[in-house]
Amino acid sequence: MEKGTLRVKTGFAEMFKGGVIMDVTTPEQAKIAEEAGAVAVMALERVPADIRAQGGVARMSDPKVIKEIMAAVSIPVMAKVRIGHFAEAMILEALGVDFIDESEVLTPADEEHHIDKWAFKVPFVNGARDLGEALRRIAEGSAMIRTKGEAGTGNVVEAVRHARNVMKAIRRIQGMREDELMAEAKNLQAPYELVRYVHEHGRLPVVNFAAGGVATPADAALMMHLGMDGVFVGSGIFKSGDPARRARAIVRAVTHYNDPEILAEVSEDLGEPMVGINLDELSEEERMARRGW
Amino acid sequence: MSEAKNVGVLALQGDFREHKQMLERLGARVREVRLPGHLEGLGGLVVPGGESTTIGKLAAEYGLDAAVREAYQAGGLAVWGTCAGAIWMAREILDYRQPHLGIMDIAVRRNAFGRQVDSFEADLEVEGLDAPFRAVFIRAPEIVRVGEGVRVRARYQGRVVFAEQDRLWATAFHPELTGDDRLHREFLERLVAS
Repeated sequence: MEKGTLRVKTGFAEMFKGGVIMDVTTPEQAKIAEEAGAVAVMALERVPADIRAQGGVARMSDPKVIKEIMAAVSIPVMAKVRIGHFAEAMILEALGVDFIDESEVLTPADEEHHIDKWAFKVPFVNGARDLGEALRRIAEGSAMIRTKGEAGTGNVVEAVRHARNVMKAIRRIQGMREDELMAEAKNLQAPYELVRYVHEHGRLPVVNFAAGGVATPADAALMMHLGMDGVFVGSGIFKSGDPARRARAIVRAVTHYNDPEILAEVSEDLGEPMVGINLDELSEEERMARRGW
Repeated sequence: MSEAKNVGVLALQGDFREHKQMLERLGARVREVRLPGHLEGLGGLVVPGGESTTIGKLAAEYGLDAAVREAYQAGGLAVWGTCAGAIWMAREILDYRQPHLGIMDIAVRRNAFGRQVDSFEADLEVEGLDAPFRAVFIRAPEIVRVGEGVRVRARYQGRVVFAEQDRLWATAFHPELTGDDRLHREFLERLVAS
């Protein structure tokens, strides 16, 4: 019997496909998410919109908060660590968290190195803005990729940009001659073997979710149409007027993303969405997606 | 197979793509099933791994679970659930109340082998297969009780992980995550009539 194998880690991520993973800060919110049909919850002290508003250093959540949320629901529980902060990751693994998000939403602990994720039994998810970044994280042992988007803004534009970047690059590599792959690996600053994988299979070797700015069922459906395997929703649910209703609607929108009548039905009468931030109101320093490389 | 068989993969949530690819490689005509109308003309349905609470809730909408039950009881449809799919098919789910199909006379316990850090793979002796099957268990359920007429096909450390009843299969592990297509082949050849 072998635990923590690559197949067990990436296979677990496959189980999230077509699903919605929701940020929650309390056991009550976690139950609302589970009831709405979330495939997992991300246990946090503060959602990205609040991290953004309050400033300061954002760190791993208090283990007590995470344990309470793990006790409240039967679905998988994820939690975030700072980029490069492997000691925080060791703590989360010891708590028995199901997945770790090495996240740019928290303040980076290391501006040069990401965590060596092969050293852990628990699987990791990482953000990426383009294919090179995604393949570097996979080479470090990441079992799941998500777009960075721009968390806590309620604005989907960056998630769309990152999803299109990745999918466009995949299509380009698929169409290449074999003798062009090494130069492409050099350009992407990504391992040759992974570039080869993309060339042969036309997709990443792990699942690829949308994250960072999804606020409505239509946003979620848009990301699915762009080729994402599922959706993370952070501030978009519990910063809206009627979280239970919106959560339920986004879950339905991801499953039935290709059925406009169902999308119309679930989009109706959801109350106020989160207010949202236009990206040109953010300075370069305020952009979380710039963190990590 | 002389004529291609028509099989559906429940595509509400989970790793339905892996099942679909495997069945297509074996020559089946595969359809993604999200609404009751998609069941028409199918001889078999595979319910993938995923999150069982999510699949159960989504299947309870638009009458999909009732339509699957009806298609099975009318005698035609073979149904195979893997992991979350097996939970969905079970008559009884211990400790949790969640919407489910309940057509198979088994009781299951969710997450019976622990959380994700305890997920594992192992070689499994499966009744009817000539060589061990590499089985991937991910936050896997255990089949804790089987009714009369249910045949146990595999146990892991004494715990039931594969059961068969009539045209129904429940596996606690994920054959779709390995390259081994022996179970998909048997499902198509032996359980799916058309």
